[in-house]
Amino acid sequence: MTSAALRSRAWKLLELVTTPLLPSDYLDLLSPLRAGADLRGRIEAVHQETDSAATIVIRPGKGWRGHVAGQYIRIGVDVDGVRLWRAYSVTSPTSRADGRITITVKAIPDGKVSHHLVHRVQPGTVVHLDQATGEFVLPAAKPAKVLYLTAGSGITPVMGMLRDGGLSDVVMVHSAPRAEDVIFRKDLHDLVADKALTLVERHTDTDGVLDLAELETLVPDWAERETWACGPTGLLDAAEEHWASRGIADRLHTERFRPSVVVAGDGGEVTFGKTGKTVEADGATPLLDVGEQAGVLMPSGCRMGICFGCVTPLKAGAVRDLRTGEITEAEDGVLVQTCVSAAAGPCELER
Amino acid sequence: MTAIDPTAHLTDEQIEDLGRELDAIRDEVIASRGEKDAAYIRKVISVQRKLELTSRGILLFSLFPPAWLIGTAGLSVAKILENMEIGHNVLHGQWDWMRDPKIHSTTWEWDHVSPADQWKHSHNELHHTYTNVIGKDNDLGYGIMRVDEDQRWHPMHLGQPLWNFINACFFEYGIAAYDLELGKNLRTKKRRKDPEFRARARAVGRKIRRQVLKDYVVHPLLSGPSFLTTLAATFTANLVRNLWSHSVIMCGHFPEGVAVFERRSIKGETRGQWYLRQMMGSANISGSKVMHIMTGNLSHQIEHHLFPDLPSNRYAEVAVKVKALFEKYELEYVSGSLPKQVFSAWHKVFRLSLPNRKPKVKAPAREKELVAA
Ligand SMILES: Cc1cc2nc3c(=O)[nH]c(=O)nc-3n(C[C@H](O)[C@H](O)[C@H](O)COP(=O)(O)OP(=O)(O)OC[C@H]3O[C@@H](n4cnc5c(N)ncnc54)[C@H](O)[C@@H]3O)c2cc1C
Ligand code: FES
Repeated sequence: MTSAALRSRAWKLLELVTTPLLPSDYLDLLSPLRAGADLRGRIEAVHQETDSAATIVIRPGKGWRGHVAGQYIRIGVDVDGVRLWRAYSVTSPTSRADGRITITVKAIPDGKVSHHLVHRVQPGTVVHLDQATGEFVLPAAKPAKVLYLTAGSGITPVMGMLRDGGLSDVVMVHSAPRAEDVIFRKDLHDLVADKALTLVERHTDTDGVLDLAELETLVPDWAERETWACGPTGLLDAAEEHWASRGIADRLHTERFRPSVVVAGDGGEVTFGKTGKTVEADGATPLLDVGEQAGVLMPSGCRMGICFGCVTPLKAGAVRDLRTGEITEAEDGVLVQTCVSAAAGPCELER
Repeated sequence: MTAIDPTAHLTDEQIEDLGRELDAIRDEVIASRGEKDAAYIRKVISVQRKLELTSRGILLFSLFPPAWLIGTAGLSVAKILENMEIGHNVLHGQWDWMRDPKIHSTTWEWDHVSPADQWKHSHNELHHTYTNVIGKDNDLGYGIMRVDEDQRWHPMHLGQPLWNFINACFFEYGIAAYDLELGKNLRTKKRRKDPEFRARARAVGRKIRRQVLKDYVVHPLLSGPSFLTTLAATFTANLVRNLWSHSVIMCGHFPEGVAVFERRSIKGETRGQWYLRQMMGSANISGSKVMHIMTGNLSHQIEHHLFPDLPSNRYAEVAVKVKALFEKYELEYVSGSLPKQVFSAWHKVFRLSLPNRKPKVKAPAREKELVAA
């Protein structure tokens, strides 16, 4: 018998000892970060970056498989006793010697998780994690010339890439309201001093919002550069249009922190078949939020329609895709993304 | 049954006002649920698991009498906590709002021979919906006892003190049996053959097998030379847990002063009337904080029945407000110490094992009043 088979047999025996619980239910009390546990992390420090942003240093559990610069992780934190999951880009370099990872969070007004992480969370807190994922990464063959186009907290995935280094010609155009709002300002200027980065720092309070036409003068060779852009919806929509109009859409890579929601319609009564709960929902609230508020266990991921971590069978009724307005009706085997779908009349989900 | 309807003085309007006031109490708790409550249940779970592990560890040496005593006492307490303050309440969905998949009514399994999903159906859906409705609520006399003067007496009822005692000793099996509705389902061949029933029966069989294997084979075997004494210890702990939970549950709906209802009385019940039935159909146990925790806060049975899905640690504060409403609406809040309520409930079991002594006083049946009220 192989050692893995032996181990799984020993585990089965142990389950007879602990039933109806699992051995891990007891082990988790003692060692939540051990190998084989659900992936968790312990917050070790919180460093203030600006008034409203902080970097969280996390020691991930033994099961952490590492990340590629630019990727994000999902983190589940208990805020007021309620487990909430959000996505955050990894801002630490992949080669960090102590094995810790960092995320950098900007507290948005009324933002439950961001506010908690920036202002309240205490070192020592255990959080829940998912492995890193995401396509917003540099290709294996490093491009000769790179442009990073960022604004606000959109700097985070790019900071991860900058810290990994390895590129010879990097220009960054970054916008923030004022100098003191620029997250990682010191790190950026250190890179500039080392000649590892050409930085265009835009303070929108005084200089106004960046018009992409200005790129011609700010970065004359912008169109030749492989570009990674991350920031508010307005910037990304404009960039996609701008690059497309030059016929070089394939040179632009974007990362969005929220879905671009366009439509809402009438809501309806939503039934969660397995949990046996029925609640009234409007036509604008994603079914993911509706279910979570009702105390239903809803799987989730990016919460913005890209990862398919939230797909759920639609058993009856119809739902509307909030990004396109498209209606999906229940049928055998129909799955919907609850994070970007709202009720379109009464419907039933298998949760 | 109380001969005089204790709610007769309330008008329709008052009953609906009462309902609104109770809704407000509920909303207040829901709005303030938070970190402290989450920390409470996690703490109880952690204490319970550590206590169980330690007790079972001590029982490995149960050949040594002090180890047997301490281990058995610890395991009994751990099993009581597991079933009462944790299992029962988690399965009620009291902690679903935390969105922790490890402490959620849809994922929880408990140290009990009735599988969680079957118990949830018969307890949450039937018992809590049809509280104290004769013929609908299996918890009421568990289908084997006479619980109200109005129920026809049968010579079989002479034995009910004994049935009740046996049921108390093997309470978890009793619960599994009525979650399966064995009485009804074994009666006809058609029901016995019903694939749905058979699947459920198989699930119970599997659960019993695992439970028995753990308590009466695996742990005794791990104890080596202490095999027999550990077996006796786990048997004792299960017995203690069964007797305890049976007593607590009897105290919830059986003591004198608690009303039962007839099937037709709940037709077309409003929210206010539903609340009123829960108020009149439940009784509390008074006592210390530890006692409340050991009963899974079912000592606040009235509050639990009004708000089955509020976190159990909040019932004590809710009770103060609920009691004030009982006073305001001039209703009787049935409450007493554990010994008093246990005695009262057993007294009823004995009394009703005999036929009614004198011809029943003809008084307006209260359930008719409830509908008319
Ligand atoms: C792939 C990915 C990577 C991300 N990386 C980071 C990161 O590195 N750093 C970071 O700070 N955030 C990042 N985010 C955003 C983050 O996941 C949360 O959406 C954000 O922190 C807000 O969560 P909250 O709980 O504080 O706000 P909520 O309580 O959910 O929302 C409060 C209000 O803010 C609005 N809102 C929600 N998200 C945003 C937003 N991003 N910007 C403005 N308003 C919003 C909501 O519509 C709501 O009205 C990322 C998102 C994704 C999808
Ligand atoms: S959560 Fe990622 S697609 Fe819905």
